[in-house]
Amino acid sequence: MIEFRMPSLGADMDAGTLLQWQVAPGDAVHRGQVVAVVDTAKAAVEIECWQEGRVFELLIQPGDKVPVGTPIATLLEAGGSAETAPRRPAPVAARKAAQPQTPNPPPAATPGAAPATRTRITPVARQRAAELGIDAATLTGTGPQGAVTLADVEAVATQKPAVQPATAQDRHAAMRQAIAAAMSRSKREIPHYYLSETVPMAVALAWLAAYNAELPPERRLLPGVLVLKAVALALGDYPQLNGYWIDGAFRPGPGIHLGVAVALRQGGLIAPALHDVASKPLPQLMEELGDLVQRARSYSLRSSELSEATLTVTQLGDQGVDGVFGVIYPPQVALVGVGRIAERPWVEDGRVCALACAQFSLAADHRASDGHYGASFLAEVRRRLQQPDSL
Amino acid sequence: MDDAQLRREVLTALQGIAPEVEPATLRGDRPLRDEVDLDSMDWLRFLAALHQRLGVNIPEADYQQLTTLNVLLAYLQRRLAAG
Repeated sequence: MIEFRMPSLGADMDAGTLLQWQVAPGDAVHRGQVVAVVDTAKAAVEIECWQEGRVFELLIQPGDKVPVGTPIATLLEAGGSAETAPRRPAPVAARKAAQPQTPNPPPAATPGAAPATRTRITPVARQRAAELGIDAATLTGTGPQGAVTLADVEAVATQKPAVQPATAQDRHAAMRQAIAAAMSRSKREIPHYYLSETVPMAVALAWLAAYNAELPPERRLLPGVLVLKAVALALGDYPQLNGYWIDGAFRPGPGIHLGVAVALRQGGLIAPALHDVASKPLPQLMEELGDLVQRARSYSLRSSELSEATLTVTQLGDQGVDGVFGVIYPPQVALVGVGRIAERPWVEDGRVCALACAQFSLAADHRASDGHYGASFLAEVRRRLQQPDSL
Repeated sequence: MDDAQLRREVLTALQGIAPEVEPATLRGDRPLRDEVDLDSMDWLRFLAALHQRLGVNIPEADYQQLTTLNVLLAYLQRRLAAG
């Protein structure tokens, strides 16, 4: 029996509210499948399952808010059966124990208080209600003696979703709190050091202009995509900056997954991960980046995107600032900041000329790396950007 | 396409990118990307939407001259008239 737990969705999330199950008991699940949608401070997140198996029992219901790490479902391993599986405590008990001590109830609709008397319900209706994650006690029966029938359950099921994501205002306040918590933790725990380097961008921009010239807007690339690829390739050579600081030790990232800081139109910030950046061709990265930004802005992300970034890149230059020195997103150990690309005076061969440049910065965790290492990394990013053909 | 119709098309495309835009308060003579707070990704998506709605493919070389909404509307009207 596999316990499927509420996953961590980043340092700034300690609990999630289930909006919806996308599987029912008996369903087979495969690696990477979206099994549930969970509302967090920052987004409605599609929760992926990374195990193979069959859903045995759903332990929480839509509307329940549980801390990270709480078992929310049980899965049977491939080949296992319910008979061999140990019984778990009733889901209701698990749910009660897991209720966080928030002063206010979650904004979403929660199942009403259960009546003291036992609900009359037909066995087939009870089973169907359990499958759908509906609390039978909240149903109104139309059968004999007010018993809940299968038709009653199905009627409620078609009215779903009963649980709505948080309103924009709730979300804005919650996001502020989440950012405050993560950034305070970062400044409290992480001894940052900062480096900056002016990177010539003229070669990359010329390459990009030639590439984009014949293409419709749908297929054009942005300079930001070249930057992400160059950072990812450089990280391949500087693995001490790619990963996490956990329990007093550095853990290398399982891949090169870049967190992309996305400013939300309503205010606030989210940095979901673009996966395996080093190995993807630029057009694919551009497409995935566009999709990621759009989904971040509509609060629709996947759990792996919220928890798996191994280094974050913030390109605030797009908003016009010359440079940005970031705050590391724990437990990551580094953050690359990119300023505005603009023509600046540049000295070459004893002469001053105008050259398109951008200020790149590195904020890094001094527990995991030293300034010399960080400086070599930034130089490698710069070198990669002078060879756009190899990106 | 007359001016009013073109304006509607452009504003609809813009609202697809920036839903909070109020056409009534949008000043046509101010830099559009400041008025609406469009970053480079938003701008590219806006151009893609215009391409799909109007069939006008705005090349990167023309970005610089498209400063305000009024200028953009005049540019698009010219391109549409030229076929």
